[in-house]
Amino acid sequence: MNALVSMSGIEKSFAGVPALSQASLEITPGEVHALIGQNGAGKSTMIKVLTGVYRRDGGDVVVSGTQSNIATPREAQESGIATIYQELNLVPLRSVTENVIMGYEPKRLGLFLDWREGNRRTREVLARFGIDIDVTEPLGNFSTAIQQLVAIARAVSLDAKLVIMDEPTSSLDASEVEVLFGVVRELKKQGVSVLYVSHFLDELFQICDRVTTMRDGRTVSTRKVQETTKLEMIADMLGRNKDEIAADGMTDFAGAKAKKGDVLLRAENVTTGPRLTHFDLTLHRGEIVGLGGLLGSGRTEAARALFGVDEANGGEIELHNVLGQPSGPGDAISKQIGFLTEDRKAEGIVPEMSVRENLTLALLPKLARRGQIDFAREREIVEAFISDLGIKIAHMDQPIRELSGGNQQKVLLGRWLATQPDILILDEPTRGVDVGAKREIQSFIRSYVENGFGVILISSEFEELVEGADRIVVMHEGRSVKELTNPGITENILVNALAHHEEGTGSWTAQ
Amino acid sequence: MDRAMKLPRRFASMPIRFHGGIAALIVLLVFNAFFTPNFLQLQTLFVNISQVATIAIVAMGMTLVIATGGIDLSVGAVMALAGALAPLIFLSDLGVANPAFGVALAIILPLIIAGLCGVFNGVMVAVLNVQPIIATLILFISGRGIAQVLTNGNLQTFSNPSFSYLGTGKILGLPFQGWLALVIACILFWVISRTTWGRYLLAIGGNERAAYLSGGPVKRVKIGAYVICAVLAGLAGLIVVAINSASDAARNGNLMELDAIAAAVVGGALLQGGRAPIFGAILGAVIIQLVKYTLLANGVEDEVALIAKAVIIILAVWMQQYRRA
Amino acid sequence: MLDETAFDLRKYLRRNSASVTVWVALIALIVFGLLRYDNFGSAYNFSSFLNYNAMFIAIALGMCFVIMTGGIDLSVGSVAAFTSVVAAYLSPYGIQVALPGAILAGIGFGAINAFCIIILRIPPFIATLATMLAAKGGALVISGAQTISVDWGSNFTKLGMGQVMGLFPWAIVIVAGLTLVLWLVLERTTIGRTVLAIGGSEDASNLMGLKVNRAKAFVYLLSGGCAGLAGLFLASGFGAGQPLEGIGWELSAIASVVVGGTLLTGGMGSIPATVAGALLLGLVFNVLNFENGQGTISFSAYWQMVIRGGFLFAVILLQSRIIARQQKVLGS
Repeated sequence: MNALVSMSGIEKSFAGVPALSQASLEITPGEVHALIGQNGAGKSTMIKVLTGVYRRDGGDVVVSGTQSNIATPREAQESGIATIYQELNLVPLRSVTENVIMGYEPKRLGLFLDWREGNRRTREVLARFGIDIDVTEPLGNFSTAIQQLVAIARAVSLDAKLVIMDEPTSSLDASEVEVLFGVVRELKKQGVSVLYVSHFLDELFQICDRVTTMRDGRTVSTRKVQETTKLEMIADMLGRNKDEIAADGMTDFAGAKAKKGDVLLRAENVTTGPRLTHFDLTLHRGEIVGLGGLLGSGRTEAARALFGVDEANGGEIELHNVLGQPSGPGDAISKQIGFLTEDRKAEGIVPEMSVRENLTLALLPKLARRGQIDFAREREIVEAFISDLGIKIAHMDQPIRELSGGNQQKVLLGRWLATQPDILILDEPTRGVDVGAKREIQSFIRSYVENGFGVILISSEFEELVEGADRIVVMHEGRSVKELTNPGITENILVNALAHHEEGTGSWTAQ
Repeated sequence: MDRAMKLPRRFASMPIRFHGGIAALIVLLVFNAFFTPNFLQLQTLFVNISQVATIAIVAMGMTLVIATGGIDLSVGAVMALAGALAPLIFLSDLGVANPAFGVALAIILPLIIAGLCGVFNGVMVAVLNVQPIIATLILFISGRGIAQVLTNGNLQTFSNPSFSYLGTGKILGLPFQGWLALVIACILFWVISRTTWGRYLLAIGGNERAAYLSGGPVKRVKIGAYVICAVLAGLAGLIVVAINSASDAARNGNLMELDAIAAAVVGGALLQGGRAPIFGAILGAVIIQLVKYTLLANGVEDEVALIAKAVIIILAVWMQQYRRA
Repeated sequence: MLDETAFDLRKYLRRNSASVTVWVALIALIVFGLLRYDNFGSAYNFSSFLNYNAMFIAIALGMCFVIMTGGIDLSVGSVAAFTSVVAAYLSPYGIQVALPGAILAGIGFGAINAFCIIILRIPPFIATLATMLAAKGGALVISGAQTISVDWGSNFTKLGMGQVMGLFPWAIVIVAGLTLVLWLVLERTTIGRTVLAIGGSEDASNLMGLKVNRAKAFVYLLSGGCAGLAGLFLASGFGAGQPLEGIGWELSAIASVVVGGTLLTGGMGSIPATVAGALLLGLVFNVLNFENGQGTISFSAYWQMVIRGGFLFAVILLQSRIIARQQKVLGS
């Protein structure tokens, strides 16, 4: 069978940092093809190269047998490639019909929109997916699932030959996922190919034909879904040997020997919304508790609940044996909690401010005497952290935006260490930093805990969790499902816990 | 603290546009020295200082609001409101009976009312999440209306030397309001660079989410910025009334929001927020006043000066956007 | 409304609650006026009311399009003052010259706005604030800061003072026509729907491949043109080009648009409701005048601004709740 899309030898780097190297992907007509990989493996870069959002540095893209030079999203659309982004590219205030037909709307007399025809067409294309809704209603009035289906309907009505779905089920509930799967099968029946990006491996077995796995910007395997197992996929994603994992070797390189102290924090059955439905955790002085799970398992949401960012609408949070969720970050900080967020740029640094000002941002209330900042103390503290954390800068008044990712991260870590929190929540503390900085950051975390504080560590890197954490709470679909205790955890055990749990619950859509 | 060592560094890290503003100022001064008759006379300086002071005072408040990523269109209306209230108070029976008390009240009460206007703006923006342009548009319209209702649209003239000192007094031979602007600038500079409030202000403008997640009192600080801006506008309104020994609610502070925004932006305030160059605002006010003066003194009509101001605003903002892009 | 299935009144009311409210308020106020004042329903009051408000309606229509894209145009008042002077100068050549001349002058300022906003990427309120200054300065320059009397000999003043069939002022006939055309443009043409899509989400509109810049340019040109038309009405209705007029007009226009249920953040709006909003605002003052005339209250003209601000405040409060609810639905 001739490939509909064939990408080979794709190279792409950003500011000298390679994001893709020798990546490849092949999609045949009428195939549902899964694309999986860890965060930062290069999936979305690959998609953006294909749809003309990014220009590739090297490699070939062949669409329907001809060399493709797609340079804009519109050109991609015109050559039959439609993308359903995670953040929907639709206009919620406008009607369903408008969202489907805009840009290609039917007209009378070559000038006036023909709403009757537009509505009819929209209803028709939605009916193909078994959806019957009032198409004149604003799109925003419908559930996310319907909105997603409307996005797909738009793609189909433009005669797409390939529909790319980026994490389509991440915000859908079980019944909505079923409807979506129905649509995917329908597309397949009509000969439309689907490129399906997902973190939920179970789903792939239900609807996908083949799966391509990426790691570190490379394509590591393409397998037939029927002939593979979840363990194999996870092994590919992590770059581990499948047999090794299955053999469950007890190599024990996790040298955790923490002395547990008092209970710092207890969370029971905490719920904040669809993404965090049941979360249990106990944190003692002197221990690191890891939150393990794939993306979308509710790890970050759990951290946000503990820090008072998302209001809990169920369950109990107890800090220092006092019941009650922090009312917001300010309250959380005064209750001795720190939270290093995952998104350094959007939620961490204040780019225009200096290293000094960034480092003491959370400490300000303690630095002030009657509202006035104690500069001498501030400089002292900042100097101490710069030398302790080994932050490489010209001087402490240098704007933080001029620093490398690793150094920025160290400054932000310093921001929280400076407040000396009893409970320090670290969400992906080493993401996007170089190996050297990563080591250093990990060792600060360990030494911090040894001083009798508690750390909650969220990481997509299983190695980091296994080696760093004293216990790991395994999360899945917004629930904490299992707890592993060191010594004794190996990466393989963790992977197994994840995989087996997924297998154990069977198809989560059937819940 | 090694202040001597720190200063050069602080200058080195100052944004280039600040130097650009100084360059523009020098060009203007040199041009005027050569071409404008009587420019190098003390009288010219006095006239310009007393004009600059009101713009600068409002522009400093505007700078704080812009630093949060907001804007305050209501400053001119607040000026009119405060300016209308003052004569009403010291010309009232109570004010005439107790002149000293009357004048004190005529300064304090309008400033409190102006502060309440700021609370209104701040709550609309920070609590109700209304876009700043729209939120402050409400008082922009009705503030002046209220002032006119209060005075029935009449020009209130008065003769009250102690109140007029605000606008006509001199210290060391220089206009009182010039000193006042300088004192306010020093206080605000201190607040921004030395207090937690100032630090939070810049952090909120620089990255509101980060400031919030670091425990910053986002709403309180934002409301505070609008309140200070409104109080300073109220003060400027009083000064204008004092200069003229008359309060005209229809004209007091008219188009001041434009001058203030222009001065703040020319002075280096980023519309996206995160920067509050207080002395930059003064520099901006001086430049705008000098442009106006240069044109007037060289026989260009007042009206053309408006167009020149428009061009300055567009250029300043465009250069900002251009640099960031 | 667009559905071919049977008309569903409940659905219509729910979807258009804002515009229905403004119509109900308008009708209620008219009924109130008719019952309370003797001359309220007179042909004279009717026609002079409409004639006076024609220019505000024209400006509100242009503003409505701008706001639907999520932008704002603060220059309309000064532009109208400028074009009123242009129209006065052109009045000796008659309407056939003054009309296109004034509108073109308005469009010229719209083009400056569009250039600053689309090409230079300056925020709309700054760009249009600057144009407001420039137009004001320009108006004073070309008029020498004097009101410019129009030529009473030509057919020019017919536009503002003459009537069609002895009842409908010309100005209102033109504005009615404009309303119909713009309604059609919004509801039935690609550019109209693009305007709404941009206001709903500019990023999404770009990703959908819509011609975003073209639509944005269109709204600012249109707004300039509408301001030009208003300036024309001003000159011919009052017999003079008035460089100092137009202060606060942008706010009346914004208030009318918002009262008419158009979302300030863009993406949703209605042309007829905007006209109703403008009429309602005008009528409030008309009623106040009658009330003053009866001597029951004594409201000075200065209350106008206060009431306008109060109106805007109430509507914005209402809207901020709608927007908050929508964001909840969207989960963002």
